[in-house]
Amino acid sequence: MLGLGVDRLRADMNRLLALLFHQGVLDEQFLQLQQLQDESSPNFVSEVVNIYFHESEKLLRNLRGLLMDKEFSDYKKIGIHLNQFMGSSSSIGAKRVRNVCVAFRAASEQNNRAGCLRALELLEHEYCYLKNKLHELFHIEQQRVLAAGVRYPMQH
Amino acid sequence: MERNVVVSRRRKTETTAATAAKIEGFDVLPADSEEAHVLAVDDSLVDRKVIERLLKISSFKVTAVDSGRRALQFLGLDEEKTSSVGFDGLKVDLIITDYCMPGMTGYELLKKIKESSNFREIPVVIMSSENILTRIDRCLEEGAEDFIVKPVKLADVKRLKDYMMREVRIESESNMNKRKSCCDLTESEPSISSSSSSSSSSESPSRAPVSSSAPSSPSPLDSPVRRLKMTPTE
Repeated sequence: MLGLGVDRLRADMNRLLALLFHQGVLDEQFLQLQQLQDESSPNFVSEVVNIYFHESEKLLRNLRGLLMDKEFSDYKKIGIHLNQFMGSSSSIGAKRVRNVCVAFRAASEQNNRAGCLRALELLEHEYCYLKNKLHELFHIEQQRVLAAGVRYPMQH
Repeated sequence: MERNVVVSRRRKTETTAATAAKIEGFDVLPADSEEAHVLAVDDSLVDRKVIERLLKISSFKVTAVDSGRRALQFLGLDEEKTSSVGFDGLKVDLIITDYCMPGMTGYELLKKIKESSNFREIPVVIMSSENILTRIDRCLEEGAEDFIVKPVKLADVKRLKDYMMREVRIESESNMNKRKSCCDLTESEPSISSSSSSSSSSESPSRAPVSSSAPSSPSPLDSPVRRLKMTPTE
């Protein structure tokens, strides 16, 4: 019973990961992060991802604040925020978010405000999707760890 | 050439630990630790966490700072302080820095380090998310050992050992390390002040000078090219 639980949860995780890879939401850099997680740093991935979420939301707020300002003209600042967002997204393997940043940056380099606004909406959407899926992933992982712990009480 | 700071492995206990404790990511290790010490510089917290983990898992000691200015402070090179015999921290065996940073860029940091008589021999590796050839060339010309395109992977970090100023002994890789570099001076004792050096180096610190542009092992010569990601730039 519990054994089946662990296996099922692992299968669920793998299926979700496969889906995210297939959709291009994540790339192999995410796998690299998983390889850095071990007994000495058992929560590494979620720690880094949570930092990423925190920073990303700040950046998104800044971007929206800048673009919504009627007197907005600071495309350079947009570019700086986007570079940061691109960099951190690339570091955790958030491929689709990163790609939207690239398109967004192109619009900002053309001083195209409407294009920027469209890109921002898309970015917010992609980021939301990523965040939900990663939360789902971490949730399954948490459950799997718990289930494994119950299954092998002595080994812990 | 003045070698004092580079070769001194003397650990100043309280001062070093107290000051270093303020620097993010610093962990104090026993004085006889043989892991190489890397100073990582990146303004992105996400990237700092990742590079720190990559380095630690590759058996390096890590100090991670968020700006070029802090890096210079850590080295004791900050212009605003008279740093001749001041804080010299833990010896740094390699500096890995992001290129794009507010304030001082990685390139400017590289220049400052190469201009310093105390620190110019510390190998510097540049990281960048942009795969721009002119940028890469500029850094290499200024004396960077290598240029890594982000995102940084474990394989990139493992290759850093090629640029180490001193031999790093890793249990499982002690045999591999012996083939490295003309800086191989000792068989099994990586300590810098070792007197068991059998090399022909005439300098008391017993390390052959690492010129700022010539890597010490053959492979890094083409490694910047090798390391360029093949994905198209935007």
